[in-house]
Amino acid sequence: MVLVLLGLWALLFRRNLVKVVIGIKIIENGVNLYLVATGYVHKGVVPIYTYAPQDAAMVLPTPQALTLTSIVIGLATTALMLAFAVVIHRHKKTLDGRKVTELSG
Amino acid sequence: MNLTAHAPILAIAVPLLGAFALPLWAKLHRSLRDGWLVLVAGATAALTALVAVQVYTVGIQVYTLGAAWPRDTLTPGGFPIRIILTVDALSAFMGLITALVAVVGFAYAWRYLKEDEGKTLALTLGTLLWAGMLGMAFTGDLFNLFVFFEVTSIAACGLVGYRTWASRGPEAAFKTMVMYTVGGLFVLLAIALLYGEYGALNLAYLARQLSGSLIDRIALALLLGGLLMKAGAVPLHMWAPDAYGEAPAQAVILLVANTQISLYALFRVLFTLYGGVADPSVGWLVVALGTLTLLVAALMAVVQLDLGRLVAFGAVSQIGYMLLGVGVGLTVIAARPAYGLVAIQGGIFHMLNDAAAIGLLFLAVGAVEKASGSRNLGALGGLGHDLRWTTGFFLLGSLALAGIPPLNGFASKLMIYQSSFLLSPILSALAILASILLLAVFVKAFQGAFLGPRLRKAEPVPVPMLVAMGVLALGVLALGLFPELVVRHLVAPAADALWRGRDLYLQAVLGR
Repeated sequence: MVLVLLGLWALLFRRNLVKVVIGIKIIENGVNLYLVATGYVHKGVVPIYTYAPQDAAMVLPTPQALTLTSIVIGLATTALMLAFAVVIHRHKKTLDGRKVTELSG
Repeated sequence: MNLTAHAPILAIAVPLLGAFALPLWAKLHRSLRDGWLVLVAGATAALTALVAVQVYTVGIQVYTLGAAWPRDTLTPGGFPIRIILTVDALSAFMGLITALVAVVGFAYAWRYLKEDEGKTLALTLGTLLWAGMLGMAFTGDLFNLFVFFEVTSIAACGLVGYRTWASRGPEAAFKTMVMYTVGGLFVLLAIALLYGEYGALNLAYLARQLSGSLIDRIALALLLGGLLMKAGAVPLHMWAPDAYGEAPAQAVILLVANTQISLYALFRVLFTLYGGVADPSVGWLVVALGTLTLLVAALMAVVQLDLGRLVAFGAVSQIGYMLLGVGVGLTVIAARPAYGLVAIQGGIFHMLNDAAAIGLLFLAVGAVEKASGSRNLGALGGLGHDLRWTTGFFLLGSLALAGIPPLNGFASKLMIYQSSFLLSPILSALAILASILLLAVFVKAFQGAFLGPRLRKAEPVPVPMLVAMGVLALGVLALGLFPELVVRHLVAPAADALWRGRDLYLQAVLGR
């Protein structure tokens, strides 16, 4: 939760485009950590049936699968945003959010 | 293979895999790529139509991935653990809208995009976006909703910003991507909260478990925020005019359909997921946001000098009408008076009308830009002498959007006006005021761009682009002249899915 708020703060008050992307990554990590935490089972073992001892409490596998998916998606979005930032820098020679805006309204 | 049972997943899988194969065909020869695109688009449209026919005649279709039999939604424990696609009348309706928009958009793109300006890329991303939209419409699973949300986000932003040789496109795309990603993360956080509380991701199962606790309310707020960010409702709309203004025209109509799909997801969350713990205050919030959206966007449209951005603000204001219509329905859903259903029907009918009318306008703007090389209202003028058809189409689209009687915008707006009048007369007064503003805006734009002396020479518009616009123009006319047919056969079942279809939806998945 703290990470999410920290990321939001970075998003709202930082002007550098790369820092905006970092802010988004921080939010994402916060959310992913929360997702993993929802699957926690006290004294749980890894959810692999083959090696699990008899009558062991397994950690819930669903949140882990979800987190993996979300990490992969996050990688794609980050790559795309950074690619756009590179293109913007090539055109404008700056990454300052206040200076690149041609579009307004 | 039993095609009808597998149609929902095939409708998503065919464009998804077909899109990735598209650049490979283009490496060999571009006619192979075009043929492949026709094949994929045709198959997807046919599958979507098949699903819609099934849903409208038989009832809700469910499809369980990885089960022995597609209709087996529950594991032996009576718990829906697999990914389930659930298609009810509203989902099928949205699927039909995306199919219409995508087919028209591809026909238009055939001659609109130049081969050396990333045509293959644009077509690939367009197909991917279509797959994502169908996925969002058909899914019955919260996490799947998030995955397809991100698929549409990435594809849409790619479409906005793939023209990297210009600086405006990538800038709009970066802005849009930031908004979409943050929206997506809000949705994901809400999903995590709901999963943490109930240990399930299936929409129907969650809808039955939901108790309206504090966590549920926080999750609802996050879902509302995330989905409205993508739908472009007013406090969160700043990406929309940039994206609509900078993307190529055939991509813009896909983006418009994309915002509608996001609205669909919002309605699904509000009515199906939170239908059991519905609260009039949420309805009032939606109504307030809708009214704000349509007013602010219409006011912003007045001051625009760029034809693309002007139409873009028109598009944002239409989102407001949909929110208003469905919000009125949500506000009164506990008592279920007749006008609530009319309001929802108006809001949903307006989605189809908006896809046709605003799509027509954006395509006409694209034609103007291609023909004359500019979109600046100060530099344009007298295009009506050279571009007769485009002029007619733009006029038709703007009149439809402003809600002039024989056209389609009037039919759905009238339903929204009369039902919101019964809730509160102020609402319908504001909505009519925004319509009049829009009419003034489009009269100004039309006069500035098409009438008057000929200021610059315009190239003729290629025939496929005219045909694509003609299809939408016919749609605008037909929906305006025979609204009852469409409302009775397509819109009424879709609206009913929200109004009282919740129990049927839960039954279809949970079986009791």
